[in-house]
Amino acid sequence: MIKEVNNSVSVDDLKKFKDEVLHKYPKKVAKKRDKAILLNDPETPPQIQANVRTIPGIITQRGCTYAGCKGVVLGPTRDIINITHGPIGCGFYSWLTRRNQTKPETETDENFMMYCFSTDMQDSNIVFGGEEKLKQAIREAYELFHPKAIAIFSTCPVGLIGDDVHRVARHMKEEIGGDINIFGFSCEGYRGVSQSAGHHIANNGLFKNLIGRDDEKRGDLKYRVNLLGEYNIGGDAFELERVFEKCGINLIATFSGNSTIQKFENAHTADLNMVMCHRSINYVAEMMETAFGIPWIKVQPIGADSTAKMLRKIGQYFGEQELIDKIEEVIAEEMVPVIAAREKALKKTNGKTAMLFVGGSRAHHYQNLFEELGMSTLSAGYEFGHRDDYEGRVVIPTIQIDADSRNIEEISVTKDETRYNPRKTEEELKALEADGMEFNGYEGLMPQMAKGSLVIDDLSHYEMEKLIELYKPDVFCAGIKEKFCVQKMGVPLKQLHSYDYGGPYAGFKGAINFYEDIEMIASTTIWKELKAPWESETYVEAQYAY
Amino acid sequence: MLLRHTTAKEIDRKALTINPAKTCQPVGAMYAALGLHGCLPHSHGSQGCCSYHRSALTRHFKEPVMASTSSFSEGSSVFGGSANLVSAIETIFSVYDPEVIAVHTTCLSETIGDDLTQIVSKANEDGKVPAGKKVIFCNTPSYVGTHVTGYANQVSSFVKFFSTATPKKRNVVNLVAGWMEPSDMREIKRIAKEMEARTIMFPDMSDVLDTPLTGHYDMYPKGGTTQADMAATGDSKFSIGIGPYTTEDACIKLENKCKVKFETVEIPIGLKATDKFIMSLSRHANVPVPDSLTAERGRLVDMIADNNKNFYDKRVALFGDPDTLIPLVEFLLTLDMKPVYIVTGTPGKHFDEAMTELLKEKVPEVKFKSGERADMFQMHQWIKQEGVDMLIGNSYGKYIARDENIPFVRLGFPVTDRPGNNFFPYVGYTGATNLLIKIMDAFLEHKDRTCPEEKVELVM
Repeated sequence: MIKEVNNSVSVDDLKKFKDEVLHKYPKKVAKKRDKAILLNDPETPPQIQANVRTIPGIITQRGCTYAGCKGVVLGPTRDIINITHGPIGCGFYSWLTRRNQTKPETETDENFMMYCFSTDMQDSNIVFGGEEKLKQAIREAYELFHPKAIAIFSTCPVGLIGDDVHRVARHMKEEIGGDINIFGFSCEGYRGVSQSAGHHIANNGLFKNLIGRDDEKRGDLKYRVNLLGEYNIGGDAFELERVFEKCGINLIATFSGNSTIQKFENAHTADLNMVMCHRSINYVAEMMETAFGIPWIKVQPIGADSTAKMLRKIGQYFGEQELIDKIEEVIAEEMVPVIAAREKALKKTNGKTAMLFVGGSRAHHYQNLFEELGMSTLSAGYEFGHRDDYEGRVVIPTIQIDADSRNIEEISVTKDETRYNPRKTEEELKALEADGMEFNGYEGLMPQMAKGSLVIDDLSHYEMEKLIELYKPDVFCAGIKEKFCVQKMGVPLKQLHSYDYGGPYAGFKGAINFYEDIEMIASTTIWKELKAPWESETYVEAQYAY
Repeated sequence: MLLRHTTAKEIDRKALTINPAKTCQPVGAMYAALGLHGCLPHSHGSQGCCSYHRSALTRHFKEPVMASTSSFSEGSSVFGGSANLVSAIETIFSVYDPEVIAVHTTCLSETIGDDLTQIVSKANEDGKVPAGKKVIFCNTPSYVGTHVTGYANQVSSFVKFFSTATPKKRNVVNLVAGWMEPSDMREIKRIAKEMEARTIMFPDMSDVLDTPLTGHYDMYPKGGTTQADMAATGDSKFSIGIGPYTTEDACIKLENKCKVKFETVEIPIGLKATDKFIMSLSRHANVPVPDSLTAERGRLVDMIADNNKNFYDKRVALFGDPDTLIPLVEFLLTLDMKPVYIVTGTPGKHFDEAMTELLKEKVPEVKFKSGERADMFQMHQWIKQEGVDMLIGNSYGKYIARDENIPFVRLGFPVTDRPGNNFFPYVGYTGATNLLIKIMDAFLEHKDRTCPEEKVELVM
């Protein structure tokens, strides 16, 4: 079914946008941006330009490779000491700024989340090399904390001066001895065009250094799953853990919300991988399938209906009536308060419009929640998505590998000789596919968006201002850098990186939180007070009319 | 416990910084650049720097912070960032149309040795800079100094690129503003106006990072030192550098370039620092101190005297920037409090000397440290060894305050978890009163919540 964009904004209106913005750009810039701004067609998604360099000087939402690797993927794991090798800034800015909550099981469990570790490189380290300082920093970290693992994250100068963090990691592992695991990441900020390169580098590191080190099957042997690409912002992972537990589903590992090293090491004992944020973690899913035979499915536990859908997929995959029944029972129970909250919010939200420019999956997933609220998405796009996140994984073979992607290490993964164990036979997989399950697939954002809606990759500040000026959405979703600028324009901005410090928004309870927060935005009255009474015409007229 | 691995046992760290009391140069340069009217800060480096700095400043000010980046790729890191910067300049002027682009470097562009003088002159030669527009720049390698240094370097670049001496000196005093809140700058201007002193403040973030919500977004708000005022600083008869770490270099450059004499004073936080600032302004602007300010001072003294029991002998740990810490420590001493642990990640002799001078007699047991590895972890270890009654610092202090159950006053950069830094000044007598009330509130709130039930008092 092709959805209408919205009653208040027509496709013809949205067509104007591109002409309006492109003429402002220098010719070369306009030519490039032209390919990143499209009118959607959900049935045959047009080809979008994505994962290419941002034009210098364009004010972009994007960050760097280090941010994607240290900040996003490895950041949420509580018992690794993450040492930033570089000048102080990178470690400082990625210190507690991403809201990955974590909950150690006991008072004494290791938890280094509140700490920031850095080699704080000085000019002498840049001139003479920083490897010795890094080694010493690792010694000191070990002496003080005796962690199970230490990870090293490279910042820009590290690669340029030729410090080899991998060599240092090997050396220090040997020097300290015992069971300690030390590994490095070449995630210098300049390596890719956005955070996305850092995700890939982190995925490779997870696979090489952690996954598969612990074969012991713990806990209930039934219904063992991993959740990939979930970072426990605002407690999302806690809510999903709750839902899985209630259904009797055994969550072995989450990559990487509320995670520990041991969970990563043990992840290959699961029987199904579920990919939430496709962009940041699909590589791990692929590698685990190749090496261990664990199939993966794409899930979207953002939105109550799509959370239910995820659970039903799990039930279908394991195929046991007991689980299927339990899942239906849980859904039925959880949906009662969800529907009540939705009905209440709908009175305020129905028919309103949204725009979403965030991340590599959130701009897609959060459309589920807006749909549940009767709101339509006029325009959306990713900050660091690739073409497959827009058009679906079917386009992967046709994506041209450019120089920026080529400098990310591709690790070759083969079947693990002893532990490869296809969880389902070919026939079983085929039967499940015939029943509507899709393995190793992701449709992308475009098929879910209405025909004629605007899809824009790597939105610039200028384009954002124009979008708001032309279409005045009821809510604009982006991040902290955009927050106050959009609000100065009189449009509320919902942060979808930090959730404006609310949440969780995942799962059933998360959906209720989101409904309430959007209802609140739609009901906030201060937006009507932007003009002082003496600034309004009627007041002035009254003054002169006596 | 949040910081459950921190123990009293110190080791002699030589390489590892844990929980820094500083960040890197470029964010300071970006902040200072916002104090020039119509200026777009530009980060010459990898995208992440710009994104991190904008986020850090936005989380603190809760205001739009605009800046652009050269978006280095691996190619530009190998072959140099000249092409990126030249094309950035062209794009910025045609799309975002600032009056000035203020370029600062990063560890990336510094490590590869990009020469900004040469690149910017190439942009000028190639006609990428429209008539009447300007590109200025400063070097802010992240591996030298801290965010404080970056701020200082940006302020110096304003002098380098704008200040001009004409044959005619004017009866104006330059107020070179160190790292303060926009509300503090506004308050200092109010004091100067109250004194009827003719001044030029630079940089000036008031009306830039505290703008009203009107439904209209101005990428370049009405505040900020104008280019004309900035040029005129060369004709002023004197400069007062407010905060030596952040302004002394600019003052020296202005003296060398335009023969404008100067003195530096501490940021007027607290009674004595405000006294000194007002006397300096009075002397150099040749204006008397009006009775209204004397009355403001009197109200502050009154408040201190009335509430002395809440302050006397209280042990305080502080972390932050030297330009804030020095007058703050002095103020705490005015209150008869005992600053016992003080750390700043920013290196410099002046801090160590000032601490020694202020504290050697009054608080001989004091421990202070500046520069590398003078971090919050170290300070927390000291607190574990012998406790304190209060912690003052940026929002990162909340973790220590909660673990140790001590009252906490947020002051410094960044304060990310309490809005309103841009409303109430901490400088001047009025600002000192604000600060005093905040300190008292923290103590009394803590007491109300933690004392035994029979000790809860209506009147305190």
